[in-house]
Amino acid sequence: MAVIEAEQERGLANAMVPALGRVAQVKKETSDTFTLAVEPASAEPLAGFQPGQFSMLYVFGAGELPISISGDPQERSRLVYTVRSVGKLTQLLVSRKPGDVIGVRGPYGTHWPLKAARGKDVLIVAGGIGLAPLRPAIYHILRHRADYGRLIVLYGARSPRDLIYRRQIEEWARLPDAQVLATVDYGGVAWHGHVGVVTGLFRYVRLQPFHTVALICGPEIMMRYVIWELETRGLQPGDLHISLERNMKCGIGFCGHCQYGPNFLCKDGPIFPYHEIRSWFGKYEL
Amino acid sequence: MVTNLPAIGTQFLLDAAALAPLIPSLERRGYQVAGPTIRGAAIVYDTLHSLDELPAGWTTEHEAGTYRLKKRADDAWFGFTVGPDSWKRYLHPPEARLFAARRDGQSFQIVEENAEAPRWALVGVRSCELAAIAIQDRVLLGEHYGDVIYEARRRGLFLVAVNCTVNSPTCFCVSMHSAPPAEAGFDLALTELVEGPRHRFLAEAGSRQGAEVLAELGPAEATATDRREAEEAIKKAMGGLQRSMRTAGLREMLYEHFEHPRWEDAAARCLCCGNCTMVCPTCFCTTVEDRSAVDGNGAERLRKWDSCFSENFSYIHGGSVRMSAKSRYRQWLTHKLAAWVDQFGSAGCVGCGRCITWCPAGIDLTKEVAALWEPAGPPRNGGHPAPGPR
Repeated sequence: MAVIEAEQERGLANAMVPALGRVAQVKKETSDTFTLAVEPASAEPLAGFQPGQFSMLYVFGAGELPISISGDPQERSRLVYTVRSVGKLTQLLVSRKPGDVIGVRGPYGTHWPLKAARGKDVLIVAGGIGLAPLRPAIYHILRHRADYGRLIVLYGARSPRDLIYRRQIEEWARLPDAQVLATVDYGGVAWHGHVGVVTGLFRYVRLQPFHTVALICGPEIMMRYVIWELETRGLQPGDLHISLERNMKCGIGFCGHCQYGPNFLCKDGPIFPYHEIRSWFGKYEL
Repeated sequence: MVTNLPAIGTQFLLDAAALAPLIPSLERRGYQVAGPTIRGAAIVYDTLHSLDELPAGWTTEHEAGTYRLKKRADDAWFGFTVGPDSWKRYLHPPEARLFAARRDGQSFQIVEENAEAPRWALVGVRSCELAAIAIQDRVLLGEHYGDVIYEARRRGLFLVAVNCTVNSPTCFCVSMHSAPPAEAGFDLALTELVEGPRHRFLAEAGSRQGAEVLAELGPAEATATDRREAEEAIKKAMGGLQRSMRTAGLREMLYEHFEHPRWEDAAARCLCCGNCTMVCPTCFCTTVEDRSAVDGNGAERLRKWDSCFSENFSYIHGGSVRMSAKSRYRQWLTHKLAAWVDQFGSAGCVGCGRCITWCPAGIDLTKEVAALWEPAGPPRNGGHPAPGPR
């Protein structure tokens, strides 16, 4: 009965059906973390993305997962994903061989505010695999270096063996105008770097409140303490941006799984300005 | 023919017997017809081929955790209130295939689901259910993406509304602004009037299609007395509602009472069975299921209704976010009555009372909300203390 006008604008394409992507390369980052480069499996190019967005990756017959895009946004020919193998499906995903085809939907979600950050210092704080969705932002900043002030990257991992993109981190650390510090929870004898939680690195960093945008991704408890440290140092809640994680089945706001208070993480997030969600952030079992 | 179609919005009178051609008329127009009928000691929604399959002469008794069929003194066709089914199953099916896939070496091919959606004519849609369909429209026909499964079914829909002239103790539609008479969103609306052997219906077309169907039934214009009689019957039923919900400021109250002793109290009774989410006419959450053929070469992906009451619902690496029954009950209730307003512009509850009737523990949403309106008491440690050094 009622004429459904929206349908005409949108078309009836089924957003739940993936495009096909061919795994071009699988790179081992750590014992359990791998980076997959995916190229289109047909003449149809894969959709471009904004730093911080994610895709839904489908393994034939096994299932589908939300995975952040971790590659260079400028590189149009392929999409890159860094996946930590923690369950059955991620195990299947990281064991794909070059030439294998997977399903790709997306990209979905909000992105890091790289436009709003122009002219300012950018502070990147990452924990563990949380560096993956931040790497496209780093690529972007390095490519448009003059558009931004200082680049500060603070990265925490469990142990030296768990640092991802290790060679790249060392390269970034050698760049002028960049301060890149890594810390680990457990050092071991061969480690000469920092030991301790990522907030321990703030004492080595000079931050300019009102002139710094912080992009944060890691375990929620880590982000909570990072935010506390940054607010203590005078950064404004609107300049803090965090990427959150919840269960997701559809990626487009229909399955209900990713709800976070009134937000659907898949479409209202995963990246939020902290001031927009501070009343929900840190609530136990939200 | 075109000139003498019954005017939209005008009340007409039909003898019960005159409604008999309704289903054949709808079927001729290519609709499959579904409506209330008795199956296994409950009034459910199922395919109808004749109005004789309606639960004539039956009513239903409802209370928290209680549902019974009971004989009526008359032969009313719609003398009961909503049962365990909702029309959700026709528009947002409990299980639907998203696609099938076939292995092809290292690759695979996707076969999209192209089955034509059935065109349903739903008979006996109550005003609370019309409100539920309007809510699901807002949820599933999103701005950027539409749910194609819902959209295809919704587009072909013909709705025959029935204004309630009876109520159940579990109804609270008046509080949720979804009470009869139905004002819009239907093709045809009926109000049943039974008085001894006199069995009549007031009928109103809500669309051109509805007017065309109504024209075939030979309607006579209703007199002022007929209209008043129908209005009185509806008013009487709505005046007798036993349950209500205080809705002004409800969203803000629930956000403020994220920590409240009543959540623990409800959780001690809640079995986390998910019945309330299954019978709810607006709950829309789904999960996906992957199936593969034994030879490993075929696969399909299904979408199924899911419930926020399951532990798996919020699972991410490291464990479920909502481990406790308290957090899951709170998520369901707070989503339905508060977050829904932020997300879709209205609450997700229409006051049909199904979640009350079909809760095996007899948890009563209206009572829980009333208790949540009480002050939360001194804050407890479960809130969100600002982190910082000791």
